[in-house]
Amino acid sequence: MKRRIADLLVTTTVAVWTLAPIVWVVSLSLKPASLQNDGRFLPASPTLENYTGLFTNPMFTTALRNSVGISLIATTVSVIVAVFAAYAIARLRFRGNGAVLGLALGLTMFPAIALVGPLFTLWTDLGLFDTWLGLIIPYVSFSLPLAIWLMTAFFRTIPWDLEESAQMDGASRLQALLRVIIPVAAPGVVTTFLLTFLACWGEFLFAISLTSTDRSRTVPAALAFFTGESEFQQPYGAIAAAALMVTVPVVILVLISQRRIVAGLTSGAVKG
Amino acid sequence: MAAPALLLMVAVTVVPVLRTAALSLENYSLSAPGERAFAGLDNYGRILTSDTWWQDLAATVVLTVTSVGLEFVLGFALAMAMHKMLWGRQFLRTIVLVPYAVLTVVSAFAFRFAFQPSVGFVGGDFNWLGETWSAYSVIVLTEVWKTTPFMALMLLAGLVTVPGEVYEAAKVDGAGAWQRFWRVTVPCVRPAIVVALLFRTLDAFRVFDTVYIQTQGAVGTETLSFLSYRFLIRDLEVGLGSAVSVLLFVCVAMIAAGFVRAFRGES
Repeated sequence: MKRRIADLLVTTTVAVWTLAPIVWVVSLSLKPASLQNDGRFLPASPTLENYTGLFTNPMFTTALRNSVGISLIATTVSVIVAVFAAYAIARLRFRGNGAVLGLALGLTMFPAIALVGPLFTLWTDLGLFDTWLGLIIPYVSFSLPLAIWLMTAFFRTIPWDLEESAQMDGASRLQALLRVIIPVAAPGVVTTFLLTFLACWGEFLFAISLTSTDRSRTVPAALAFFTGESEFQQPYGAIAAAALMVTVPVVILVLISQRRIVAGLTSGAVKG
Repeated sequence: MAAPALLLMVAVTVVPVLRTAALSLENYSLSAPGERAFAGLDNYGRILTSDTWWQDLAATVVLTVTSVGLEFVLGFALAMAMHKMLWGRQFLRTIVLVPYAVLTVVSAFAFRFAFQPSVGFVGGDFNWLGETWSAYSVIVLTEVWKTTPFMALMLLAGLVTVPGEVYEAAKVDGAGAWQRFWRVTVPCVRPAIVVALLFRTLDAFRVFDTVYIQTQGAVGTETLSFLSYRFLIRDLEVGLGSAVSVLLFVCVAMIAAGFVRAFRGES
């Protein structure tokens, strides 16, 4: 009984600490403009006007389109390239696979700001500044090491004997890959896709450095430049609503695939 | 099959990085492109003799040490609690992922608004982000909120691998709870501790988003990433900004090497 009370106490404390900032943003997003300065934790008279305003604000809608497009394309490219690389590393054990993995790990420690200078000047020369492609390229490169790392960890847990036994039973190599290996590897690919997408979706430094207009600004960058319907009042409510619109979907996705994400995130910790 | 990955990483990361190193040796400002010239180590000299560099380095170190230190203590406590928990572990494992999934920009805004006078519910009339020590506190609090779950989950993954018999044996030998923690738990979990601390320290050292959203580097909270950004994008001083990036990279590499050495030395 004592243990149960202690567990309950820990759980409640952590839940409150974790959810309080979220509840606060929800509450701010529900406050009408006239009451956004009331300093209360909960809204006195909740309204949805911040949300309806958001979808008539082209700054938000184009940023949302940019975010979805850029993140999806970059993630897809990154994961496809990573699947091949990780398969080679985990399965074929070619010479130099340690070098690929080492390079990937080294690059994850790299300060992204060190890429901003050359990309900024190069993109200006090539006409890639403030375009989708101008963000997709760096997004692929910074998310690729993470994707390779996660995919390799997953591929190493696959019992490759399955492939050989399938071939012994008369399946071709391609059939073995399609029927046996891919179904086993699919959860790993999905998790990698999700974590990679999360990294691109929330990226901020490249997004503010390599864009200058609505043309390619993603939501995190747009939030920093957000102005409401009137320029003279800081649109706290609108920022809060926009922040939630891009946060809630990914939080739900993460919670749904919670078990696999924890396995992916901690794959580095156990092997040391 | 690994060739495309290798090619991409080299083309889009290694090559630009070498370019950064080259640009850092130039006197190159986009606002005066005509005066572009090779300058040797001038940029480094200017930076390392400026007060700004040393102040920003100190700010970065203070923010890194306090946030990673707090995250580690809280994360370890949380991991231990989750490990021993009979009830609600699954719920906690789920809920701690929420801060991880929240965008850094969003958590930075959430805490900024919470402490902002006349908007937030925390601070009353005191301008938290207007004074150095309080601005540090808000930035650290934001970072701790966002990343303690990651720390806890990494450490929990390590704790799970400790065989229960080791504890039993220590108990039978008369080791108290404190002794068991220091003599059994910590050594067994050390690989997880090193990896978690390494990842988080390098991350914290490059902190940018939270500073950008909350203070724009004002009141002494400018970090090295922000300094580099300010030179490159705001002042268009490509040479100076690149030199700061290179120095930041050197700091990060030194931290990583330090961790690797500490890890090898002990084991």
